[in-house]
Amino acid sequence: MDYATLLQVLDSTVRLATPLLLACLAGLFSERAGIFDIGLEGKMLMAAMLSAAVAYVSGSVWLGLLAGIGASLLLAALHGLASITFRGNQLISGVAINFLAAGLSVLIAQDWFSQGGRTPSLTGGARFEPITLPFADALAGVPVVGPIYQQLISGHTLPVYLAFLCVPLTWWVLYRTRFGLRLRAVGENPAAVDTAGISVVGLRYAAVMICGLLCGIAGAYLATALQAGFIKDMTAGRGYIALAALIFAKWRPWYALGACLLFGFLQAIALRFQSIDLGGITIPVQVMDALPYILTVVILAGFVGRAIPPRAGGEPYVKER
Amino acid sequence: MTPAIELQGISKAFGPVHANKDIALRVLPGTIHGIIGENGAGKSTLMSILYGFYRADAGEIRIHGTPVTLSDSQAAIAAGIGMVFQHFKLVENFTVLENVILGAEDGRLLRPSLAKARKELRALAEDYGLNVDPDACIEDLGVGFQQRVEILKALYRKADILILDEPTGVLTPAEADQLFRILRRLRDEGKTIILITHKLREIMEITDTVSVMRRGQMTATLPTASTNPEDLAERMVGRKVLLRIEKAPAQPGATVLDVQNLCLQDATGVARLKSVSLSVRAGEILGIAGVAGNGQSELLQVLSGMRPAQGQVWLNGQPIDIATPRADARTRRALGIGHVPEDRQREGLIMQFSAWENSVFGYHHDSGWQRYGMMQNAAIRQAAAAQMHRFDVRPPNPALEARHFSGGNQQKLVVAREIERHPQLLLIGQPTRGVDIGAIEFIHQQIMALRDQGTAILLVSVELDEILSLSDRIAVMFDGQIMGERAADATDERELGLLMAGMAPAGGA
Repeated sequence: MDYATLLQVLDSTVRLATPLLLACLAGLFSERAGIFDIGLEGKMLMAAMLSAAVAYVSGSVWLGLLAGIGASLLLAALHGLASITFRGNQLISGVAINFLAAGLSVLIAQDWFSQGGRTPSLTGGARFEPITLPFADALAGVPVVGPIYQQLISGHTLPVYLAFLCVPLTWWVLYRTRFGLRLRAVGENPAAVDTAGISVVGLRYAAVMICGLLCGIAGAYLATALQAGFIKDMTAGRGYIALAALIFAKWRPWYALGACLLFGFLQAIALRFQSIDLGGITIPVQVMDALPYILTVVILAGFVGRAIPPRAGGEPYVKER
Repeated sequence: MTPAIELQGISKAFGPVHANKDIALRVLPGTIHGIIGENGAGKSTLMSILYGFYRADAGEIRIHGTPVTLSDSQAAIAAGIGMVFQHFKLVENFTVLENVILGAEDGRLLRPSLAKARKELRALAEDYGLNVDPDACIEDLGVGFQQRVEILKALYRKADILILDEPTGVLTPAEADQLFRILRRLRDEGKTIILITHKLREIMEITDTVSVMRRGQMTATLPTASTNPEDLAERMVGRKVLLRIEKAPAQPGATVLDVQNLCLQDATGVARLKSVSLSVRAGEILGIAGVAGNGQSELLQVLSGMRPAQGQVWLNGQPIDIATPRADARTRRALGIGHVPEDRQREGLIMQFSAWENSVFGYHHDSGWQRYGMMQNAAIRQAAAAQMHRFDVRPPNPALEARHFSGGNQQKLVVAREIERHPQLLLIGQPTRGVDIGAIEFIHQQIMALRDQGTAILLVSVELDEILSLSDRIAVMFDGQIMGERAADATDERELGLLMAGMAPAGGA
């Protein structure tokens, strides 16, 4: 693999890691507050469909983004209602949201555009344009560093930069603010938060809505930046991969960045090298495509050592007598 | 003097149950006021009302003469009330400092709050002798220190009324002494302290005044100096109670249980039992004392067949298999080993099953209860009814689900099931945890009667009083080992307390 190819693969890693990273941080906020969310997938999918539809109709990617976030927030509120207010089972609520989104997204797209459950292709202002950072072209000639800056760091769409900025931001919120302290506390021991006179319900709703916001951006990115329009099941399990990355990262923001880059890298490899020749043995393309999913299974099976989830995760809080 | 707390006509009902009826209470500032009563007497409900967890249906609360409405914990904190719960409300993987500021932060950023709390904590440590490392993680601290963190949390919130709910349940005697020293110092500095407990000894030792609750009502409030344990117990239960069981000298027979070099490692490789050796003879009670979590539970689990371990165990001279997973509880019961597990709700009963179904668990293979795999339900029901009558289980209704009985009556169900088989060896864990005084007296009498019939009894309890009053010999466990063994009439609380803390008493025994 020469230098140029490596840069291309890494560049594509960054693009592919972006939706994973956003979804992973979304899950991090929710799960750190004690609400398990396997509905990341559904929220992204719904956001992807609605952002593509609105962007196509209005011609504005910004309206599309807003619509995507709105759709995701709505599903997040539904999850909150089921699991916080009505103290239902969080896994079941998440599964229901995934099913709802899988069906509803295609149904609405078909009803509006009659193109077999997809939205029409987006062009121009209906998509996020790549941003060229200052001096990118001028520095391109500098050996080694120049191409890294021009190809790898410059030239991505806005949500990519946003996603990477979210990592330090999440870390800062979680470990340096009052809100973060309370959020982490409510995921570990809601009774401690309750007796301190803080609303457990309020905190958990806040976390679930932040989760909805980030999933909305992730979904909009899929349909309006990474690709040009919505197609059926376009999230392709990214919500679940993000959950695996979250476990891999032990619910910590910087680790989440690493985990998502790893998954993005595997996806990029699969995309770039359709089959790899290893001294006579050819690895078929199917194996390459399956790699991220295989890694997901391996991680979930617990081969990466013990990950301790937030202690109150998955349990509705009931005030004890 | 204006009382720090004044309650008038406080009532609270949960459905048809009156948890509190027309409660009146006056607590003077700068005093330690004890509240004593059986389980379900309404102590916790009353304190929950004071801490804003529940709204009273009727009544008035005055703090330092000002009427207040305590609608939530925040309001209680603002009124200067701090609460130390029986089960600590701490975030285990946070530091002491983070736990202290949680909910009482200054501003949106943590740094200034943490710096301020660090300074404040240092001052509190000097004022009251409450030393804790502010950067230690809660899960690395012992329970005594965790409790200090709870007290610090309250003081940091400027509480001048401190409520402690059963604070000594998890402490060693030495830790409890330390706690009492701290409480006295807090009182001398002008704080008002309410101590909720069911231990008469603690009331006598530390309180200035004491209130007794029974069946949701405040039956008496009197200066501690003018009363005694017998009087208080009678007021709690409503009849005369024997606090110390009368026992005849043991008539030990042949060795029934012999344990040599019992070792156990848990799933993470930590040694839970380190070469434990002991023996119990027929007609005697060996008490195992120790702070919870020092291997007593594991010892009971291994002996009763709930988990395998390494080492040798003989029953009446016959070796029994303890190493393989095949060595299960059913085989042990067939050998004549009865077991009253420590946690009756998780291991002793199935809460959703009726009393009569529970009355044969572990013995349901016996020929009397099943024939060709068919349960003999009519016979079981009949036997259960008779058993409940003999053990004074209330209500005596075999069809009632186990969860509808009170703690004491649930425990009687378990004890009855095991004792009625006349085991050769009875393993008992925490026989009276969460059981009220009247039922304790009854259960203790049953255990004594079984001993006098010649059963060998291994008693595990974290209540030192219970160990001292029932046992013939006492072994103390610390960190998976037997620290020492004493004859019950040749030792005292102080010596056992040192052993429980892992120290060999000075001067030797």
